[in-house]
Amino acid sequence: MKLSWLFIAWRNLGLKKLQTALSLVLLAFGVGLVSLLMLSEKQLSDTFKRNIEDIDLVLGAKGSPLQLILANVYHVDAPTGNIRLVDAEKVMRHPYIAEGIPLAYGDNYRGYRIVGSTEAYAKHYGATLAEGREFRNSFEIVLGAKVSDATGLQIGDEFFSAHGLQDETDVHAEKSFRVVGRLEHSGTVLDQLLLCTISTIWEVHEEYQETVTPEDREITAVLLKKRNPLAVLTIPNAIRETNMQVALPSIEINRLTQNFGIGMGTLRAIALLIMLISFGSIFISVYDNLLARRYELALMRTMGGQRSGLFVLLLLEGGLLSAGGSLLGLIFSRMGLMTLAQLVEDKFRYDWSNISLMQEELILVVMAIFIGLVAAAIPGISAVKIDTSRTLSQSQ
Amino acid sequence: MIRTTNLTFRYQKDSPLLTFPDLECPAKGQMLLLGESGCGKTTLLHLLCGMLQPTQGSVHVRGLSLGEMTEADRDTFRGRNVGIVFQNSHFLQSLTVLENIAMPAFLQGVSFDKREGFYLLEQLGIAHKAHDRPRDLSIGEQQRAGIARALIHRPALVLADEPTSALDDSSTEAVLALLERQAEAADATLVIVTHDQRLKNRYKNRFVLTNQAQSK
Repeated sequence: MKLSWLFIAWRNLGLKKLQTALSLVLLAFGVGLVSLLMLSEKQLSDTFKRNIEDIDLVLGAKGSPLQLILANVYHVDAPTGNIRLVDAEKVMRHPYIAEGIPLAYGDNYRGYRIVGSTEAYAKHYGATLAEGREFRNSFEIVLGAKVSDATGLQIGDEFFSAHGLQDETDVHAEKSFRVVGRLEHSGTVLDQLLLCTISTIWEVHEEYQETVTPEDREITAVLLKKRNPLAVLTIPNAIRETNMQVALPSIEINRLTQNFGIGMGTLRAIALLIMLISFGSIFISVYDNLLARRYELALMRTMGGQRSGLFVLLLLEGGLLSAGGSLLGLIFSRMGLMTLAQLVEDKFRYDWSNISLMQEELILVVMAIFIGLVAAAIPGISAVKIDTSRTLSQSQ
Repeated sequence: MIRTTNLTFRYQKDSPLLTFPDLECPAKGQMLLLGESGCGKTTLLHLLCGMLQPTQGSVHVRGLSLGEMTEADRDTFRGRNVGIVFQNSHFLQSLTVLENIAMPAFLQGVSFDKREGFYLLEQLGIAHKAHDRPRDLSIGEQQRAGIARALIHRPALVLADEPTSALDDSSTEAVLALLERQAEAADATLVIVTHDQRLKNRYKNRFVLTNQAQSK
C-alpha cells in the first residue's frame, strides 16, 4: 500500500462529492465558455481572412455592400443582382486595376453553388487539382474538395443542376454537367463550389433569356485586385451612373466582426465572471474542508507530519480542482465547437472542425490552475499555522 | 525512557502557571497518570510528546531533550518515537481504517508493511473492518483502531489518553495486553492517562497529579 499527498487529496475531494462537483462544473463552464469564444473567433477570422486575401474590391450590382461581399467572396448570401458583362469589362480594363476575376452563378447541385469563372479563380486561392483536369468547355465541372466528399461525385459523372442557390425543386433536366476534375482541399471557399466556365452558366439559362445578344450577357460579380491604391477612390466615381457598385471586403468584414465583437465581449465578460465564481467556490471548498478537518491536520502533525506537508495537501486539493475543471472546460468547448461546426456546416458549408489546442487556451489553463492554487494557498497558510495541542484539546 | 525536570507551563501570559512534579519512567516501564479532570493531565501529555513547549524545565525522551530541537525536528522525532492514543479517536475520514494505520509510516517517509497492519488489527479484533471508513466503526472499534495506529511504527514512548474509556471488560483486557506486549517488544515506555478504576489495580507505578498543580 502506497500513500501519497496526491492520493489523500484525491480522497478528500471524493469525500465531499457535491462540493467538488460544484467547483468542477463552475470552472469547467467558465473555462469552456472562454475557450469556445477563442476557438470560434479564431475559426471565424481564419475563414474570413483566408478568403479575402488579395481581393481589394468586389464589383457587383447595387445593394448592400456587405451582402455583395458575403455573396461573392464567401458564397453565404444571395447576390445583389446581375451586372452587364460589357460594363464590368470596362472596369476590369481600368488602368488602376491589375486583375479581375468574373463570377457568374445562379444554380446549385445539392445546395452547393455552381460558379462560372475563369481559371484565374482557382489560381487566385492557390488551389491545385487533386485529379483530372481544368474545365475547358461548357458543362465541364471541377469539384471543390468538400463537394466531392459530400456528394460522392466522381470524375466522369454526369448530373443536372437546380435553379437557385439552395433547394433542388427546379431542376434543369435538359442539360447535364460532367465532372472533369477535382481540387485539392484548400481551406477556402473553393472547397464548397463547383467550378465551370462562365458561358456554361449562360447556356443553362438560355431558355429564360430568349434573345441574348453579346451586349446583354450578364455576370454576377467581379473580384478585383488593384494596381494603384487610388483605385479605391476612383472606381466608385467611374461607375456612379451605372447599376454597379464596388465594395471593400476588408472594411465590410471589419464592420461585421465589430458587430459580433459586442456580443462576444458580453459573452466573454460572463465567462470570466463564471470563472471568478468558480475560484470563489474552490476557495470555499478548500477552506471549508480545512475548518472541518482541523483535527485531522493536527492529527497528522502528531504523527510526524510537517507543516509543509499539510500545505502541499491543501495546494493539491485546489490544484486538482482547477486542473480538473480546466480539462473539463476544454472538453466542453470542443463539444460546443463541434455542435457549432455542424450548424455552420449545415448553413454555410464551411468547415469548422479544427479543434486543435490553441496557445491562448494553454495560457488560459495555466492561469486557471495558478489561480486555483492561490485560492487553496490562502486556507493552506492557516493550515500551516494550526496549533496542534489546542486543536486536539478543543476537540476532546 | 522518559524524564521531566522542573516542568512548568502556562498557556497565556495571564493564565495560571502549571507546575508538574518531576516524572521518570524507564524503558519498558509502565506508568499510570492519574488525576481529576482539569488538573493538567492532557497538558502534561502534550508536553511529554513535544506538542507543547514548557515555560520552564525540560523533557527528555530517549535521552534527548525535546526543548533543544527545532519544531520540524520535534515533528519528525515525535512521529518516529512516540505513539499517541487519543481519548476520542479521530481519523482521516476520507481514508479507510488500514490507510489510516499506514499514515504514520507515510508521514515519516518509511514503507508500510500491510501484513503488520493486519496483524495488529487482528490482535485488536477489528481486522474485518480494515477497509471500512472510520465513521462506520463503533466507538469501541474506533478506539481500538486508534491504538493500532499508535503502535504500528513501534514507538519508544506510547502515550495513551483514556485508551479504555469506551471499552467493555474483555476488550479492555485485550487492549491493555496488546499495549503492554507491544511496548515491551519495542522496549517502549508506556504512559497511560486514566480515570478507569479497572486500570488502577493493574499498575503499581502511579503518578498522581493533584489540583494543587493548578493552584499557583
